[in-house]
Amino acid sequence: MPQYLLSVWHDEDYEPDFSTPDAQRQVAQVGAFNDQLQSSGAWLFAGGLQPASSATVVSSTGGEVSMTDGPYAETKEQMGGFWVIQAPDMDAALQLGSRAAAACERPVEVRPLQG
Amino acid sequence: MTDSLETVFRREAGRCTATLIRLLGDIDLAEEAVAEAFTIAAEQWPIRGIPPNPGGWITTTARNRAIDRLRREATRTDRHHAAHRLHSEAMDPDHNPEIADLDAFVVVVADDQLRLMFLCCHPALAADSQVALTLRLLGGLETAEIARAFLVPETTMAQRIVRAKRKLHDNHATYRIPRAAELPDRLAAVLGAIYLIYTEGHTATTGTSLTRTDLSTEAIRIGRVVVALMPDEPEAMGLLALMLLTEARRPARVDSLESMVRLTDQDRSLWTRALIEEGHDLVRACLRRNQPGPFQLQAAIAAVHADSPSAEATDWSQIVTLYDQLYAIRPNPVVALNRAVAVGSLEGPSAGLDALTRVDLDGYQPYHAARADLLARAGRTDEALAAYTRAIELTSNPAEREFLERQRGNIADSEL
Repeated sequence: MPQYLLSVWHDEDYEPDFSTPDAQRQVAQVGAFNDQLQSSGAWLFAGGLQPASSATVVSSTGGEVSMTDGPYAETKEQMGGFWVIQAPDMDAALQLGSRAAAACERPVEVRPLQG
Repeated sequence: MTDSLETVFRREAGRCTATLIRLLGDIDLAEEAVAEAFTIAAEQWPIRGIPPNPGGWITTTARNRAIDRLRREATRTDRHHAAHRLHSEAMDPDHNPEIADLDAFVVVVADDQLRLMFLCCHPALAADSQVALTLRLLGGLETAEIARAFLVPETTMAQRIVRAKRKLHDNHATYRIPRAAELPDRLAAVLGAIYLIYTEGHTATTGTSLTRTDLSTEAIRIGRVVVALMPDEPEAMGLLALMLLTEARRPARVDSLESMVRLTDQDRSLWTRALIEEGHDLVRACLRRNQPGPFQLQAAIAAVHADSPSAEATDWSQIVTLYDQLYAIRPNPVVALNRAVAVGSLEGPSAGLDALTRVDLDGYQPYHAARADLLARAGRTDEALAAYTRAIELTSNPAEREFLERQRGNIADSEL
């Protein structure tokens, strides 16, 4: 079955504060959505990410390894978390994507995996 | 003979491609096969004559050619897979739709056209990609023709089409008719794309001629196909009616000097009666359904204009009522602008300007043109001149610019 990455996007400086009612509601919604994914068999893998500032870019050119502090893409928006799901087709994946967006109250990018 | 083949091609290319995509499970293979079948037709038909069911002949020939090709080229696994799909299809390779159950064949073809329409206008594709794919696959237009119509380089248009097809392929888009629950949104996307094609043809955003007939004609042709395929969708009828009623005014939209003529100044005897009558019939059919939607309401407004023997006799109160209904379901500033213009005609320029105060469309040329006209009629000449100047800055259409400059000149002259 085709697989898709559903990625959640935040502003680069976004830091979740789980003590707020908004964050607690989103956590509950995402939890319920995860349960649905697992019971329907669409679930493959998922995770929330630490802030983009915690990232390190490692490059290897001709055996030479270098490290850069921070995320690779120098954009204002950074990936905050993701699901890898399986769905029978594009429309089914987009529907799961729209439910994911409703659950986390954030834009979600739906992108097919190769193969 | 060449003309007949051309006629058959215009009528059948989209239908044949639609069916071949289902049979082959691949857009590119389907396009290649249909093109090949038309090449064979161009060789054979002048000698043997056009077959009684040309579309069936093209579809069968394209399918047989695709099978031959896949057998020859079955080295890549995905083509293997496509070849398998072909063999498992109920249609026998030697099946001849000319003598088989034509009704069943026609139903399948109709469903295929709907599938293709919904695929081309998938909401995950950008509007310009939807339009390009619809014209290419359903309209059977060459990429170069579409590029010319939209005044973009052919490579740009080719890339747009390739990307859209690739996106559908990579995302595992299915070739299907949307379920009832999805249908309203999906149909709205289809109708929106067709209307975009129409308006692009009707008012070219750039280029010297105000209208580009080919795109409008193509949009109306596709609109007719949608109505035939989905006779129970009043919005599809509304869209067709709106296009026909707008198209009816085409002969009066530009004068002998290729300058734009406003609706109120048009010579109504030039309007195409047959298109108006067809549009009216559709509007009446919509009214009977009593499920108003944006296209139906816009068509009803166009019908009120078409009904009126002169600009002065226009039933503006009916038009304002229809705009109120339209604004209730589509509360956007462009609708508010058009409503304000109607209010200005019904109750006078001051009332129109009052209605316009709630509209914020500073970057929109028609806003400034409408405001300028109301200001001029209200005797506020300086403000009117400034508004025309702003409108002229914002237009990219030479005929429109010429019209606006003429209007500005008229009120400047009357000042002297």
